[in-house]
Amino acid sequence: MSDKDEQMPSIFNGMLSLLRRDLALAIKRPGDILNPLFFFAMVATLFPLAVGPGEEQLQFSGPGVLWVAALLATLLSLNSLFLADYEDGSLEQLLVSPIPLSAMALSKSLAHWLTSGLPLVIVSPLIAITYQMSLAVTGVLMATLLLGTISLSLLGSIGAALTVGLHRGTALLSLLILPLAMPVLIFGARTVSLVAAGDGVAGGLYFLAAYALLMMSISPFATAAALRISNE
Amino acid sequence: MNIKLNASGLTLFRGDRCLFKNLSFALNPGELLLLEGRNGSGKTSLLRAIAGLLELESGSIHWDGAAISQQRQVFQNSLVWMSHKVGFKGDLTLVENLQYESRLRPQSSADFDDTLKQLNLRRLRRLPMRSLSAGQQRRVALARMLMSAAPLWMMDEPVSNLDSEGRELAVHMLDKHLSDGGMAIVAAHQDIKLDAPTHKIQL
Repeated sequence: MSDKDEQMPSIFNGMLSLLRRDLALAIKRPGDILNPLFFFAMVATLFPLAVGPGEEQLQFSGPGVLWVAALLATLLSLNSLFLADYEDGSLEQLLVSPIPLSAMALSKSLAHWLTSGLPLVIVSPLIAITYQMSLAVTGVLMATLLLGTISLSLLGSIGAALTVGLHRGTALLSLLILPLAMPVLIFGARTVSLVAAGDGVAGGLYFLAAYALLMMSISPFATAAALRISNE
Repeated sequence: MNIKLNASGLTLFRGDRCLFKNLSFALNPGELLLLEGRNGSGKTSLLRAIAGLLELESGSIHWDGAAISQQRQVFQNSLVWMSHKVGFKGDLTLVENLQYESRLRPQSSADFDDTLKQLNLRRLRRLPMRSLSAGQQRRVALARMLMSAAPLWMMDEPVSNLDSEGRELAVHMLDKHLSDGGMAIVAAHQDIKLDAPTHKIQL
């Protein structure tokens, strides 16, 4: 028995290989990264034009608008998380591989976050300028987006796995994900508003971090189970 | 190597249609299990059920004396899978695809370049997968089987899309795998003639 265990491919190597493949694919198709990013930038920069340039108004609505735009941009990119793998059969190869599917699901979520969540965090300071946010507020905005998008990628992969077998599952995916994404949105936007008003932010950041950890411990297993059901 | 695959009392429904009922078979090293039947008769479903991709209504499958539901990882470590979807990424090259896959399952000692040469794929190695024809992609899927160390080959219509030379090659590969003590479960609507002892299931 121990003999066979030694021949098993290493879980870590498998996860790394999948991550590297997904990042290589993302580089070959930059549109998949750029589309949600453009969406985020567009919604967030059009808003000040529509509501007017008053400084007070912008600082009041900024955190909410930025967070809603980030949430919708992430939702937009989730649909394709497992779809291509499902259609070309490489998902099936993952299902029959000896490497635990939950480990591979975590790897997929990580690749999704690196190609959708992280770019949002990186461009958010540029958008924050449009809303005349101070440096401190921008820092908190980035921190909440960093923690929040991790949660959204992990949570979203459960929904993407559940709806991958359905054609046009986008609406259903949003319906499944949004209720569980609400806490992230509420705490994310509120924490930024609070720091803008000069209040403490530790509570909000702790909550977002805790939610990310919770998702990290649930999501891989739920995603793996959902992928098995979707592939029947 | 005295690993054995046993199945007994397999029953599978798709919707309210019964695809097979009380199906049993045993497979020893060096033997081929050939699943035959018309289109839509349930060959692929049976293959998927054995690989664990489909839930069976009833029945049990044992690998090496233990139920595969109890040791899914050990069983999946022993199988390599070829379905009608080849499972490669169109944007990546042949080499990138196979390199990625080599981390997913135990690898045989077969030389990578020799394998590509044998399958006549050498000059395609730097091309993105999407620019290969369907038959060439099937050949890459055959290369995946050769590169894996798994004793159990599960193939769905392995010779579809292949030219006559490719067909001969696939049959020759299967023959060699079986004479080396491997096992294979193959679903095919064309007859595949091999020297190895063959069990047939007519669906």
